[in-house]
Amino acid sequence: MPQLRMTGRGLWITMLIVPPLAFVALFIVYPILSAFAYAFFDWQGLRRLDFVGLQNFHTVLFVEPYRSWTLNAFKNNVIVFFALMVLQNGLGFLLAYALWRELPGARFHRIAVFLPVVLSTIIVAYLFKLFYHPLFGVVNISLKSIGLGWLAQPWLGQSGTALWSIIIAQAWHMVGFPTLVFLAGMQRIPGEILDAVRMETESEWVKITKIVWPLVAPSATIVFTLLFVGAFNWFELPYIMGGLDGSPFGSTDVLGLYFYRTAFGNVSAGQQNFGLGSALAVIIFLFIAVVAGVITTRLRAREIQL
Amino acid sequence: MSAAADNAYYERKGILGALGRDGLLQIILIANTIIMLAPIIIMVFSAFKTTPQIFQSPFSIPDFSNVGNFVKIWTETNFLRYLLNSFVVTGASMVLILTLGTMAAYAIGRYSFTGSGFILMFFLAGLTLPLKLAIIPLFMLMRDLSILNNQLSLIFVYTAMGLPTTVFIMTGFIRSLPNELEDAARMDGASEARIMWSIMLPLVRPAMVIAGIQNVVPIWNDFFFPLVFIQNDNLKTLPQGLTTFMGEYTTDWGVLFSGLTLSAAPIIIIYILLSKQFIAGMTSGAVK
Repeated sequence: MPQLRMTGRGLWITMLIVPPLAFVALFIVYPILSAFAYAFFDWQGLRRLDFVGLQNFHTVLFVEPYRSWTLNAFKNNVIVFFALMVLQNGLGFLLAYALWRELPGARFHRIAVFLPVVLSTIIVAYLFKLFYHPLFGVVNISLKSIGLGWLAQPWLGQSGTALWSIIIAQAWHMVGFPTLVFLAGMQRIPGEILDAVRMETESEWVKITKIVWPLVAPSATIVFTLLFVGAFNWFELPYIMGGLDGSPFGSTDVLGLYFYRTAFGNVSAGQQNFGLGSALAVIIFLFIAVVAGVITTRLRAREIQL
Repeated sequence: MSAAADNAYYERKGILGALGRDGLLQIILIANTIIMLAPIIIMVFSAFKTTPQIFQSPFSIPDFSNVGNFVKIWTETNFLRYLLNSFVVTGASMVLILTLGTMAAYAIGRYSFTGSGFILMFFLAGLTLPLKLAIIPLFMLMRDLSILNNQLSLIFVYTAMGLPTTVFIMTGFIRSLPNELEDAARMDGASEARIMWSIMLPLVRPAMVIAGIQNVVPIWNDFFFPLVFIQNDNLKTLPQGLTTFMGEYTTDWGVLFSGLTLSAAPIIIIYILLSKQFIAGMTSGAVK
């Protein structure tokens, strides 16, 4: 091939690749690397001051009241993660199993289960906020109308129920996602395996736990990892339903909210702290990366190649 | 398992015996569908009611000709402006994502050159990183580029966020396309650009649809980046504008519900019309 043609082609490839690469470099890679750098400086508003080494990390992890805030938000994230593991992924698996049987109406049920997923989180947040209203919300009105009025309470207004109320809204919003990922996994199970199992065992339970569950391991890896990442940078629902401060009394505070509040919280009151915010971002980021890495490798090892 | 053994097994179990396992699964599905649809139906019903009607009979079927709430939103609020902004931002981002994503995927998938593996890795690196956590540097970057409080800041971030999945989906697809057409055209002396535009691009459309759906929903629904980048009410997108709107009408629940209904309507309607493509598009990254 003549030299001229080679350079022409090289130029063409460069023209194709450079603009998209520039976008990713400038708006993803550069900000993420900068977040690490920012955490080592002292900040005043938008102005970067001195290099302070690990001091910001020390403050958010060990100095009161930051230490308590960090621990409280982390504790709530752990609750959120495990609750959604059951409510979102657990129910998702069960629903996928039910849909997989192709019972009458399966197509309609499949469309219905995924419908909330396409809604904006903000719509879901306000919708449930109205439903949970202590006096006029449908949750309490329903309870009263079926004679369970004693169960009615200010769902978002008290520490004991607020976080769980938000978790339920989240599970309603997203349960369709793991459902369809599990369903896709189940649909890839070869028919012969299932027929063989039908001959061997009479128990539905054995079939689910010993056959279907191990065979959808790749789907499980994906939905568990995504849930983990999602749960630990959860922001929109608690922001709208619990408020910027994680009310009441920090019971709905989570790391995403706490990070946002520290970084941008009360700009007019001069309380925004980019240094501490960046340190939190780095800690959350590393935690997510390391644990998600471990989860993925562990779960991958469990997967069986069909 | 024979039918006899099947029956014998279920006769030992109370509920299962009465319903059969399919009956139980059917009940689970129906119950779930009711739970999934009820909040949306209550939302739409309430949108046509007055506030006292909502409080007194939240589940009753309303008079659908009573559109006062919607009129109020249309005429008294900035709702239309938010909707338009969402269209502008989402539309511009999608054009950029699909154009740039196809360019990169085409270069990586169609040519072999030094560093192509590394470049693909570079794109994929952006796949799972939660960009929310880099919001402080992003905010500073937008300030330095003087596009804070400007829709370009959103368009640029969404484009960058959408590229990794788009490049991932489309590179795989473009690689799988046959070489024959391309080679024939090259023999006839067609330029590389001409081959891409006239021969390959028409074949790539199915992958563009998948990548498009995968990106359009999260961009249309995003709340976080407008919250940080946009202050000016006239530039707010729909999810962000909704917070302003919900704050203004706290006591008029009919208007609140119709605001939610109006915001949800476009995506619900498109989803119901194209549910198959939506489901495929939104789960495609997860199910290969």
